[in-house]
Amino acid sequence: MSFILVQVIVGGLLLGAVYALFSSGLTLVWGMMNIVNFAHGDFVMLGMYAAFVVFTLFGVGPLAGVPFATLLLAALGVVVYFALIRGIMKGPMLAQILGTFGLALLLRYSVFWWFGADFLSLPQNIVGGTLVFWGLRIEAARLLAGIVALVVTLGLHLLLTRTALGSKMLAVAEDATAAQLMGIRPDTMQAIAWAIAAGATGLAGALIATFFYIVPTVGETLGIVAFVTVSLGGFGSVPGALVAGLLIGVIESLSGYLIGAVYKDIVVYALFLSFLWFRPQGLMGKT
Amino acid sequence: MMRRLIWPALLLAILLAYPFVFATPFQQRLGALVLLYAIAASSWNIVGGYAGQVSVGHVVFFGCGAYAAMGAYAHFGLSPLIGLPAGIVAAVAIAAIVGVPTLRLSGHYFSMATIAVAELIRLVVTNTDYLGAAVGLSGPTVPRNVFDLSFISALPYYYLFLIVLAITLLMTWWMTHSRMGFYLRAIKDSERAARSLGAPAARIKLYAFMLSAALTSVAGALYAMMFGFVDPDSGLGLLISVKILIMAALGGAGLLFGPLVGAAILVPLEEISNSLLGGKGAGLTFVVYGAIIVLIARFQPGGILTLIKRLLERRAKPRAKEEQRLATGATHAP
Repeated sequence: MSFILVQVIVGGLLLGAVYALFSSGLTLVWGMMNIVNFAHGDFVMLGMYAAFVVFTLFGVGPLAGVPFATLLLAALGVVVYFALIRGIMKGPMLAQILGTFGLALLLRYSVFWWFGADFLSLPQNIVGGTLVFWGLRIEAARLLAGIVALVVTLGLHLLLTRTALGSKMLAVAEDATAAQLMGIRPDTMQAIAWAIAAGATGLAGALIATFFYIVPTVGETLGIVAFVTVSLGGFGSVPGALVAGLLIGVIESLSGYLIGAVYKDIVVYALFLSFLWFRPQGLMGKT
Repeated sequence: MMRRLIWPALLLAILLAYPFVFATPFQQRLGALVLLYAIAASSWNIVGGYAGQVSVGHVVFFGCGAYAAMGAYAHFGLSPLIGLPAGIVAAVAIAAIVGVPTLRLSGHYFSMATIAVAELIRLVVTNTDYLGAAVGLSGPTVPRNVFDLSFISALPYYYLFLIVLAITLLMTWWMTHSRMGFYLRAIKDSERAARSLGAPAARIKLYAFMLSAALTSVAGALYAMMFGFVDPDSGLGLLISVKILIMAALGGAGLLFGPLVGAAILVPLEEISNSLLGGKGAGLTFVVYGAIIVLIARFQPGGILTLIKRLLERRAKPRAKEEQRLATGATHAP
């Protein structure tokens, strides 16, 4: 019994690391520009389809899909920033929310129209089968996804806190005008932030595509997961997103195992609403 | 005063005459659907347009009304009309539960919370046998009396919806011209300034949200009566929220007749594209919807009516406009 619980918790942690990875993109953009990207989950969905297309069209290993999806989504992020976000950033709240929400619909139903509503999946055991550690059975695909996601999320944190580029981005987040006077281009920094945020979703999407179902509406669920993660971790905080992502992964798989698979999303959404009620600043946020 | 009433009176005359001019069953049904969505979008407009709080989960209130109406019949054998007040109570209660914590925070939290609560309730209902689970609830197959509101022709629905739409718009008008309307305008301009002058911002937004929820649940109940059933997709699906929101935004959020204009454009568009393209067209319709929303947000957040108004004004006094442009241009120069 307890052994199965450990197995469930490890599975949750590995999935949670991927949640943390794409949520840190959302939290970066939110913290830096005060824009909430309602299309964030659909970016992850695009990453999954990109990996799928690379695999089925070119038949190359799934690992070729990972860099492809990352770069594709990073490019999309830059395009979205210049074509849409820059125009609506200073606009009314209605325009900000409608803009990214409309983008979500556009992406979701373009994919729906093109690929249909069927559940797709990459062949099982595409990444080397199942590994056994001290009796724990872990799919290699999940292990790989979890470890890569964890490393990249930590790297993102270091990028933001330890490099000149990170300092410039934080300066723009703090005060774009002052940063501009210091010779930093806010436009460039914000475009880079969008490239990083969207690239993270592409990477996360390609990683989970190796073991997750692929369907156009998956972005809706994953988008809400990202909202929960960010509101739990405190907006703008990558370490917060990491802790919250791991926590949500574990809560989700535990409730899936203990209450039933259909209820795991219900538990996560209810958690989100109760957080908005009692602690909107997040677990680690300051009031 | 008289001059201001000319346009609404003309609009009313057109709406009253429509089913006689366009008398085929398809056209009458189309007219009824336009009015139905106009009711829902006008209700959304109260919180989304006037209070500036973008609800993207409004379908949950629609679903309250639809499920209450069908539930009254399916479980108690009562007229769906009896369920209507229960639906309103449920919708207002949900609005309060979501609104109290989130309307104090920035608008993003409100939008996210409305999505989450709509999805949460859709999942719960889909797994609740009492509410028909994935199959849904049906209304009376054969009407027992007129109170079942089950008609074969769309004509009775058309006039029923017209009356409800008129009530919705009158309530909106009354709200904007009351003290609450003043507060709402002040809050929308600058919430911080309004608060510092003593406007109870969170409470006013909450009232607008609850009123909006109540009226949306009426639209949901009417929808279920017309179609005779409700299931998680037609009563609680995210796409209904999308339709409601896009109609208001396209016509003009925060304008009295904006949602009606949006519904009059989009409902025929969708019906025609569905009949031309069939099931495959559903995806394409929402691609177009998404593109429209993005374009409105980027270029014309005020919607079509604001655009028309601006064009008319520009034609009326081009010189004054030009001077104003020069003046603002001068102040914005570094």
